[in-house]
Amino acid sequence: MTTTNEPAVRLDLDAKRVVLGYVAVSALVLALMMVLGLLMRLAQGEALAIPPDLTYQIMTIHGIGMVGIAGFSGAAIMWYFANQHLQLTLGVFQANFVIFLLGVVAILMSVFLGGFAGGWTFLYPLPAHSGGVWEKGAATAYLFGLLLIGVGFLLLYLDVARAVIEKYGSLAKGLGWPQLFAGDEGEAPPPVVVACTVVLIINTLSIVCGAAIVLMCLINIIEPAFAINPLLAKNLIYVFGHVFINAAIYMAVVAIYEILPRHTGRPWKTTRVLLGAWTATGVMVVLVYPHHLLMDFVMPVWMLAMGQIISYCSGLPVLLVTAWGALANIYRSGMRWNMTSGFLILAVFGWSAGVLPAIVDGTIVVNYVMHNTMWVPGHFHFYLLLGLVPMIFAFMYFLVGSEGVRSETNIDKLAFWAFVVGALGFVMMFLYSGLQSVPRRWAVHFPEWLAYDQIASVFAALAVAGVLVFMVRFLAGVPRLYAAD
Amino acid sequence: MQELAWLISLALIIVCAAVFLAVILKAGTEAKEQDIQGGPYRYRRPSFWALVGIGVLTAIVSLSDLPYAAQGASSKASQVVEATGYQWYWTLSRDEVSVGEPVEFRVTSADVNHGFGIYDESLRLLAQTQAMPGYTNRLRFTFQKPGKYRILCLEYCGLGHHEMPAEISVVAR
Repeated sequence: MTTTNEPAVRLDLDAKRVVLGYVAVSALVLALMMVLGLLMRLAQGEALAIPPDLTYQIMTIHGIGMVGIAGFSGAAIMWYFANQHLQLTLGVFQANFVIFLLGVVAILMSVFLGGFAGGWTFLYPLPAHSGGVWEKGAATAYLFGLLLIGVGFLLLYLDVARAVIEKYGSLAKGLGWPQLFAGDEGEAPPPVVVACTVVLIINTLSIVCGAAIVLMCLINIIEPAFAINPLLAKNLIYVFGHVFINAAIYMAVVAIYEILPRHTGRPWKTTRVLLGAWTATGVMVVLVYPHHLLMDFVMPVWMLAMGQIISYCSGLPVLLVTAWGALANIYRSGMRWNMTSGFLILAVFGWSAGVLPAIVDGTIVVNYVMHNTMWVPGHFHFYLLLGLVPMIFAFMYFLVGSEGVRSETNIDKLAFWAFVVGALGFVMMFLYSGLQSVPRRWAVHFPEWLAYDQIASVFAALAVAGVLVFMVRFLAGVPRLYAAD
Repeated sequence: MQELAWLISLALIIVCAAVFLAVILKAGTEAKEQDIQGGPYRYRRPSFWALVGIGVLTAIVSLSDLPYAAQGASSKASQVVEATGYQWYWTLSRDEVSVGEPVEFRVTSADVNHGFGIYDESLRLLAQTQAMPGYTNRLRFTFQKPGKYRILCLEYCGLGHHEMPAEISVVAR
């Protein structure tokens, strides 16, 4: 029971233009958010004088901006490849684009006009309880912006669900369950469809949880007598946040399944191991969220122990299926190296290596002395900056390269290595700061910690320089890509 | 514990990088897929079981002594500190405790979520729990050395998040 990726089908011009719009916005926002991240590290290192209130506003925008653009760009990658197997609705894809931008405008206004600095996780009751810093209107605009973005994504997933059911008969068949569980020897869906089906199920759940708590917070802001249980709020927020950001990776990972085989000549097959791994991932990503609450001692202990155990288990599909599959795919393949394939392999490495310190932190006794230190941004920047982000850059270079718009130069290669060295140094400094117990999300650091921040800033600047090159090179090719039929 | 976490993570990352490098260096040479596919996948099943074994052992050892014991315990510690987080300061029912005897910190918040982190004089994090409105987290900790310890906030709570250190003295009995 194996299937292979079907040959690529060219998108029609309108669809291609919308994908280009998604990727162009992603490139711009990614670069801008990275510059904001660099500013934050410079401020913490006292290399740049930024007042703490502005630093916390930047922190809020950096967090929500990165999570949002991760989902947005992941959706573009997923849609581009899924559209070659499923009859997706272009209008829904366009609607998500417009709704996302409206949500972004609301959030930008809340932060930079209203002074909202509640952190991207908007932990209840902080949005309504700013300590006299921002008005309720600012918190309302932020939450409303989030709600808008969630609605856009929900529409997108409903359309993908419709398309999967239309082609395969049910979501279970989209997951390949007949082949996985019932011994069906027939053809299973291609990896991209399996990934899409898992993502649409888990992210629909996450967005519904997110929308529920956002709505409750909005009502609480308008009518404070409507109080929410803070522990329930925290659980709902972390179900939403954890699943959403992981789903962004799962959407973008489609780029590896679809593009890598074009460089090795070896198709990525749908096997029972792959089907089992995706089903297991879908279950685990939802159940694992209590590992964000390990320091909430009032939580049921069995949930916290489950958080640790599933954290361990969730590393297995990443390491033994995606990473192993990618390495087996390129091993002695006569690999055609270029920017696209370089980024794809970097992405698999970043994702695989990044989950390791995350799993270590998922151990309760480690979390006891590591939670909310710099260790946490250390591990999530590892698999996002060196995992998810390279998947997006790979897709950018793939789009440009596949259309023959522009050839790669030494500047691209130089920027690639600047990014690799900068990003790796940057995340290792985060982890090292975690070892030194430096708290995360502090605008002002003790003198003992400044050297770590300053070294991290140098690495961050190197990574940002690389990203600016990728962004400019991609955007410069967009007009020709836009016109090319 | 921090050093152990760092060393294990570093070792695992280096092993991961070494495997990637070894394969990348072989990626340029060409062999027929059917000639080598058995190779890479031959080791996957044993690797799976090896990782499961390591995971089970680590889980058994690490889950045997959790920091949640005080939460449901009926026995009272000889020293109790009621700690409440506010935007942006802590109130402690006492700011001096004895060395070598368990202290039970009953941690809550009067407004938003805070994090109660106990730091020693070298700014090393020793223990923590969350401070949440409407709930009391019980953190039991025994100080091993006399001295001045700092309480730092470890959950983002607004613009004064970094400005609310408190101090607790640990004295000889």
